[in-house]
Amino acid sequence: MSSVRVLVGTRKGAFVLSSDGRRERWDVSGPHFAGWEIYHVKGSPADPDRLYASQSSGWFGQVIQRSDDGGATWAPVGNEFSYAGTPGTHQWYDGTPHPWEFARVWHLEPSPDDPDTVYAGVEDAGLFRSTDGGQHWQELPGLRGHSSGPSWQPGAGGMCLHTIILDGPERIYVAISAAGAFRSDDAGQTWRPVNRGLHSEGIPDPSAEVGHCVHRIAMHPARPSVLYMQKHWDVMRSDDAGESWREVSGDLPTDFGFPIDVHAHEPDTVYVVPITSDSHHFPPEGRLRVYRSRTGGDEWEPLTKGLPQEHCYVNVLRDAMAVDSLQDCGVYFGTTGGQVYASADAGDTWDPIVRDLPAVLSVEVQTLR
Amino acid sequence: MIRVILPAHLRTLARVDGEVELDIAGQVTQGSLLDALEARYPMLRGTIRDHGSGKRRAFVRFFACQQDLSHEPPEAPLPDAVASGAEPYLIVGAMAGG
Repeated sequence: MSSVRVLVGTRKGAFVLSSDGRRERWDVSGPHFAGWEIYHVKGSPADPDRLYASQSSGWFGQVIQRSDDGGATWAPVGNEFSYAGTPGTHQWYDGTPHPWEFARVWHLEPSPDDPDTVYAGVEDAGLFRSTDGGQHWQELPGLRGHSSGPSWQPGAGGMCLHTIILDGPERIYVAISAAGAFRSDDAGQTWRPVNRGLHSEGIPDPSAEVGHCVHRIAMHPARPSVLYMQKHWDVMRSDDAGESWREVSGDLPTDFGFPIDVHAHEPDTVYVVPITSDSHHFPPEGRLRVYRSRTGGDEWEPLTKGLPQEHCYVNVLRDAMAVDSLQDCGVYFGTTGGQVYASADAGDTWDPIVRDLPAVLSVEVQTLR
Repeated sequence: MIRVILPAHLRTLARVDGEVELDIAGQVTQGSLLDALEARYPMLRGTIRDHGSGKRRAFVRFFACQQDLSHEPPEAPLPDAVASGAEPYLIVGAMAGG
């Protein structure tokens, strides 16, 4: 029988939540790496027992952990992230040039084909790759070397590369706060911004080529030309692999938010979690609602069954939503209040798997056959 | 035998209990002590000092014999009491909440 494994990164450790395909009863293991910030944990599609975790600390820096047995045991691998060549500068908050400085790994994206190949999106924004299971990391410097690089500025959370989408052997999308979305068509050697159609009131030129605070991008692998984006404000859609974007916020109660994800079997079914505003990082009216569109955007329905509908003031961060690929698509998200909610029916009903973890930074799910 | 006390998170990372004991040939300096520590526990590389520059991480301090040695240069000899093992060398994470 199929089963699922939910990988949860929190402010104070990692947790592994496991269930059979019914997704009713859960085993909870953790905290792994207790006391450390776990920005992301993700499994290799090519070998589900191979997991990578980003473990970091303001005191002791970055550690990358690897498991070869599905999270039962872990071992630290390489943690040296050195920018290629002379790092150069980007813009600091005050507009002055600031040297690129590595802070942490926000996102790990294992290759779909090779368990030993994994990409890392880091702060200050850069893309690294390991081809030896995380022992050694090399930057793909073409991204940071783009002519716009010196003008990139950090968002309030730091200048992080938080989204990596691998689309076949050549095409890669990344998103950076607050530079925007970029695409490579040559396996990461060269890059160009793909932000046409984005409109951000908070920057001097609202339609600038770079400078947009993209929060998350999602793609369905069966229809890779279609991308969905949760921007700082605005939910966006591209039908041409990022060449142009149009707003699909439609009837959402607010179009601010962080995560966005796509149903495993329905490329037009999209999930977001509307958040009141950038100064109110909690759901409107204290009601935690996932919104689902079955039309690829514009028309949205609130999903509330099993979610708190009063006095709820948590946030859901950009990497804290995931879907499984069981026949009845499961949807999962974690909150800054430490709850991890699961729906085994594509969002119609929800139940908490756990209620009292540390603040959740990331949620991934593996569907095990 | 040099005695080193690691902060709790680094003991967990290095999978050690209690003090670490190191043999160091020649003059014992902060640099040679950290080199020996990282050689024995490679997972600690980058967690105490920067990989490339060797600069101490901002929220890490080095204490011994009731002195703060954090700002001493890497080539400065450590006190005789540390070199002889009479006193431990403490690697300390700055106190903070959260």
